[in-house]
Amino acid sequence: MASKTPTSVRIRRGITLPILLLVLWEVSSRTGLVDPRFLPSLESVAITAKRELLGNDLIFDLLSSLARNLGGFLVGAVLGIAFATVLALSPLAGRLVMPTFNGVKQISLLAWIPLISVWFGFGEQAKIVFVALACFIPVVLNTYDGMRDAPKDLLEVGHALRFNARQRFLRIYLPSAMPAIATGIHLGLIYSWLATVGAEYFLAVGPGIGGLVIAGRERFDMAMVMVGVIILGLVGFTLNRLAATLENHLLRWRPPRTA
Amino acid sequence: MSVTAHLTIKNVTRQFSVDSQTITALQDVSLSVTEGEFVTIVGASGCGKSTLLRLGAGLDAGHQGEIRHRGNVVLGPSLDRGIVFQEPRLFPWLTVERNIALGLENAGVSKAEKKRLVKEHLELVGLTGFAKAYPHQLSGGMAQRAGIARGLVNRPDVLFLDEPFGALDAITKAHLQGELQSIWSKEKITMILVTHDVDEAVFLGDRVVVMSPRPGRIREIVPVNLPRPRERTSSAFGEVRAHVLQSLNGTASLAETRATAGETKPVLPRPAIAAVG
Repeated sequence: MASKTPTSVRIRRGITLPILLLVLWEVSSRTGLVDPRFLPSLESVAITAKRELLGNDLIFDLLSSLARNLGGFLVGAVLGIAFATVLALSPLAGRLVMPTFNGVKQISLLAWIPLISVWFGFGEQAKIVFVALACFIPVVLNTYDGMRDAPKDLLEVGHALRFNARQRFLRIYLPSAMPAIATGIHLGLIYSWLATVGAEYFLAVGPGIGGLVIAGRERFDMAMVMVGVIILGLVGFTLNRLAATLENHLLRWRPPRTA
Repeated sequence: MSVTAHLTIKNVTRQFSVDSQTITALQDVSLSVTEGEFVTIVGASGCGKSTLLRLGAGLDAGHQGEIRHRGNVVLGPSLDRGIVFQEPRLFPWLTVERNIALGLENAGVSKAEKKRLVKEHLELVGLTGFAKAYPHQLSGGMAQRAGIARGLVNRPDVLFLDEPFGALDAITKAHLQGELQSIWSKEKITMILVTHDVDEAVFLGDRVVVMSPRPGRIREIVPVNLPRPRERTSSAFGEVRAHVLQSLNGTASLAETRATAGETKPVLPRPAIAAVG
């Protein structure tokens, strides 16, 4: 059954748990249930956020992280779609490469960091390579599956209408794979944000939210760490929503989902 | 109607191997279709009627014998031979008008001409108000009309229809059969329609080709010399239908049973077909 719950009610239900958690947090830090050095009060987090925003370069940190994220994401997504398309449309290439790719993708992303730092250094370039790699893998897997699942009956229609290779790709393979590609890009966007923070943790310290969190830890300023963590969460949430909106727009030809 | 051999199928045999067994889908089938003719092919499932259609459209190959269209051997699909499938097979990501325009993708017509032709064919199949709709917004009958428009838009010489109304409800089906018949008489395109519905075959065909299964052969070709549009309830129509049914069942006795039982308990065509398959 399609849910007919009004949006306002859905939002109200969605934010119930976060508000309860905030209340729990506030109560436990106010009543001294937990050591404020480990879990600072909401108020001190807000004060720190204000300090970082006005006094330090919180906005610059955020923009640096976002730029890194977006750069790596774009590189990974474009390369991933192109790579997967070649593999899916050339059976020989697919058979040659996919088993290896499926093996390589099992390697934890973090295990790449030493290699990447040796190959690309510790600077911005290495971070973008790492983010791109994180995005590349889900984009390739989903695009490949999507292209391979192109409906045979429509391919036959294309055959009857004497489509050439370009028309087959633009009219059938690409659009039929769009839902899968969108899923891949969606995942790629989430992974690339996670990887952005990872890169900032493990590679050279520079401007960025990851750097802010590390600085907070080193100064044992848990409020600063919390500010960083909250921003990471909010950005991730926003990116996710943006991806979902874009996905719905691109795939508006699909029948509305009933589940 | 000219009498030149337009599409000729000569001694065509098609075998498939399934699990190292050879299955003969068509055995020595010959059929000649004249220009502008409406030929319907009827038979139980497994009689190779769809295989024959796919060979004619150039979507299948590997047969013995020869299929010629306008004197040229059919080697693959051509824009001169359109096809309409049982499922509408519309591209779900394109609107109805863009789906129909796919039929003109490789026709080498100008943009303006394309637009005009698409509009004209939307009108022809009664989908004018649905040009911008996506396939999932259409009913089954409307989707099939769009499929027919896509097959027709390029003005093919021959249109092959593979059980185009097989998946529709009875009312929509009867309605679309009437429309197809009027499109045919307006456009004068040669049509070859495969069906398992005897009523449909007699209603639409100039000739009804009756096929029998295992291996697929032509059992009989029944001419339908009735004025169009045909009255399904007329006695002449009923006679031709009975003849086709009798041929399908391959027994004279069934026709007798039908004639006597007809008084009290009418035998519907469907169970009779089911008996063959």
